[in-house]
Amino acid sequence: MQSALLEMRGITKVYPNGVVANQDVQFSLREGEIHAIAGENGAGKSTLMKIMFGMEEPSDGQILIRGEQVKLQSPQDAIDRGIGMVHQHFMLVPSFTVAENMVLGMEPRKGTSFNYAEAVRLTEETARKYNLAVNARAKVEDLTVGMKQKVEILKALLRGAKILILDEPTAVLTPQETEELFHELQQLKTQGHTIVFISHKLKEVKAICDRITILRGGRSEGVFDMSDVSEQEISRLMVGRDVVLKYDKERLSAGEAVLSVDRLNVQDSLGKALLSDISFAVQAGQIVGIAGVEGNGQTELIHALTGGLSGVLSSGAVQVAGRDILAADILAIRGLGVSYIPEDRMRQGSAGDASIADNLISIRYRSKELNQGPLLNGKKIAKLAAALVEEFKVRCSGPRQPIGMLSGGNMQKVVVARECSTGPQLLIAEQPTRGVDIGAAQFIHQKLLELRGNGCATVLVSADLNEILELSDRLLVMYEGQIVACFEEPSKVSEEELGLYMLGIKRQDNLPTGRAAEHV
Amino acid sequence: MFKVKYFEAIRTTAVILIALVIAFIIISLVSDHPVKTIGIFLWEPLSTKGHIGNVIEMSIPLMFTGLAVSLLFRANMFNLGAEGIFYFSGVVTSVLAIHLTTLNGWVHPVVAILAGSIVGALLSAIPGILKAKWNANELVTSLMFNNILFGVGLYLLNYHLRDAKAFANVSFKFEETARLAKIFPGTRIHTGLIIVLLLIVLAHLFLYKTKWGYELRMTGINREFARYSGMKTAKVIILVHLIAGFIAGMGGSVEVLGMYNRFQWTSLPGYGLDGALVAMLAKNNPLSVIVSALFLAYIRIGADMMARLSDVPSEMISIIQAVIILLISAEQFLKFWKNRMLLKEAKASA
Repeated sequence: MQSALLEMRGITKVYPNGVVANQDVQFSLREGEIHAIAGENGAGKSTLMKIMFGMEEPSDGQILIRGEQVKLQSPQDAIDRGIGMVHQHFMLVPSFTVAENMVLGMEPRKGTSFNYAEAVRLTEETARKYNLAVNARAKVEDLTVGMKQKVEILKALLRGAKILILDEPTAVLTPQETEELFHELQQLKTQGHTIVFISHKLKEVKAICDRITILRGGRSEGVFDMSDVSEQEISRLMVGRDVVLKYDKERLSAGEAVLSVDRLNVQDSLGKALLSDISFAVQAGQIVGIAGVEGNGQTELIHALTGGLSGVLSSGAVQVAGRDILAADILAIRGLGVSYIPEDRMRQGSAGDASIADNLISIRYRSKELNQGPLLNGKKIAKLAAALVEEFKVRCSGPRQPIGMLSGGNMQKVVVARECSTGPQLLIAEQPTRGVDIGAAQFIHQKLLELRGNGCATVLVSADLNEILELSDRLLVMYEGQIVACFEEPSKVSEEELGLYMLGIKRQDNLPTGRAAEHV
Repeated sequence: MFKVKYFEAIRTTAVILIALVIAFIIISLVSDHPVKTIGIFLWEPLSTKGHIGNVIEMSIPLMFTGLAVSLLFRANMFNLGAEGIFYFSGVVTSVLAIHLTTLNGWVHPVVAILAGSIVGALLSAIPGILKAKWNANELVTSLMFNNILFGVGLYLLNYHLRDAKAFANVSFKFEETARLAKIFPGTRIHTGLIIVLLLIVLAHLFLYKTKWGYELRMTGINREFARYSGMKTAKVIILVHLIAGFIAGMGGSVEVLGMYNRFQWTSLPGYGLDGALVAMLAKNNPLSVIVSALFLAYIRIGADMMARLSDVPSEMISIIQAVIILLISAEQFLKFWKNRMLLKEAKASA
């Protein structure tokens, strides 16, 4: 066997809240390979990588670099040893230029002042050396997501990284950008770099990696040469069973329009258009998917539907069951039967230190059913919580456990359970399965379809194209705050074609606008 | 999970023990008879009925302010305004205790205390509104309010309440009808104890058993989540300020009528800031406030006795308090131990 460039032995990590993220994990990296770490969410991929990059200290276990045992106590330790990391959420200063970001923390100086020309030169030199073209003088906030990622990679390379860790690098990329990234990674590989590629998208892993380490439930399930395993086998190892994301759903006859959006325009305080002329309707029993590269107005649209627009100028109308909600507060909107699964389950969707039960009742604790005179009815709340935990298969020690101790997928199940169990008329689902393992994702999908069967209108915003194509009855594509395409049969659209619309390369003409859109 | 569950309790106990050990070390260095001095410090507060009475008397205002601060901390409001409100409500109550002469027995203190409490609630609402509407930092506004309230209160004492015939800077005598009754002969423990215990039970019910308490807790844990769920978090913040101000104000009023026959604070009495310490020790739990207030009162009285009966000054107590605050608020303290415990448990369950 080839000697390992980096080896991790018996890594165990227990977080202060009691979550065991890694248990006796073995990982070994050969020089010059692209090595995938795959696993469902909550399998411990992120933790393992944080340990590798010195962001977390393992509770137990050893790390060896070229056979020598090391202790990585901070990212700086890791960088000094030639390990670089590209985070899923970019660590860049948006208002700085590319060159300024590149040298952050290691600024070249001229006397006592910052030598900008030298920073630009360094950037350009690195870019040329690795054949990754960037504009050194462009501001980061003006760059596309793919470009920002390139800057992150260059940043790591400039700091002398020989091992590059990429955390879910394709999560935010379009299919075209993904291809470009793969090309770049191959190039780096031929130049002698070693790459750790973290992902749960099997197709991509299969396409680019040499070997794969599979994690499940915090343990390593083994390491395989890519040529020896099929996608099916990998997925079985990851979840312990075969999965296909394919749903049979009956076509439902269109019901009444529950949500109608008419010529919605939103501008930020500086007058920049965030949404332009958005019109669409969602009928009872219909799932309308909204696809688009992140940051093309989906967030603002959701804000407009959930009472989150504030400090911005808007015109047009948003109606739920005939009632205008654009100026209504959240309580009033929820009162109309609107449920909302937010994108960020930690920041918005849950109160980490509160119990699962407390998290489950946050939108219904006022109801008569749960109150008894001036007091809350503890027995009924406990019963409701226990029933929901059971129905949604939340893995926990009981409804009184703090929700912050659950894994991402289980936490998301609690959020979904809360929002789906009140019999909503309209459900806004924003990235409902982001960062959730396949098992939980399937479960959540089934719940969405169940609600659809009960006549709930759903708006589904997701970056997961497979999910959105499979679940939606109608699919809208957003680009730069506009709807640029509308597909009536989403399951017949290919991801590649969708990508062209998402990138703004293609757009459909004669899209229905204004009132007419409601009759689509 | 058995051990980890009790981690916080174990940690608090460890902190207290460490603080006491440090106190003993200091006493040993300073005192000529360290063993005797430590004995006085530990046993004297419990030695006679009168001394136990002293501990309980002192714990009453600490319970009031500790409870008020606990509720604020629960809502994630780092507001230290209980200090100024405690003082100012005492002034308000004193005015009524001096000038309301037509009321009979039990109505007089009730009116005077309620007036002090309501004034406290209204004053406390100001930083609350500033926070809720304009996100003004409640720590800054409440601390500035402490100064303002002290200044105004002292002005009232000097120019309107001061008894020229008295030899110190104190107010006129309260009407006898206004004073709170003693409930245990041989001590000065007054009916304020019953009031505060009742209040603590009510606060416990409010916090854990009502929808308003639920809103308060959720807002405190994650305001963003509370707002997303449809709660009016601005209202919650104002409400908790009103309640906390009411309690702190009542504390000042009760203290004045229970312990004194004239208003005589010419500096801030410090109970508000002590309330923050009590709340921290109690982990912002209303029922635990009782124990932590009693503990603080116990070491205070111990220090007083020590100053009187030995050669160590009572200021030594500040060191103990400082150590407690430091260690309790240092989240990393004993973390390594917890992590090791977690690892062991994880391995055992594997």
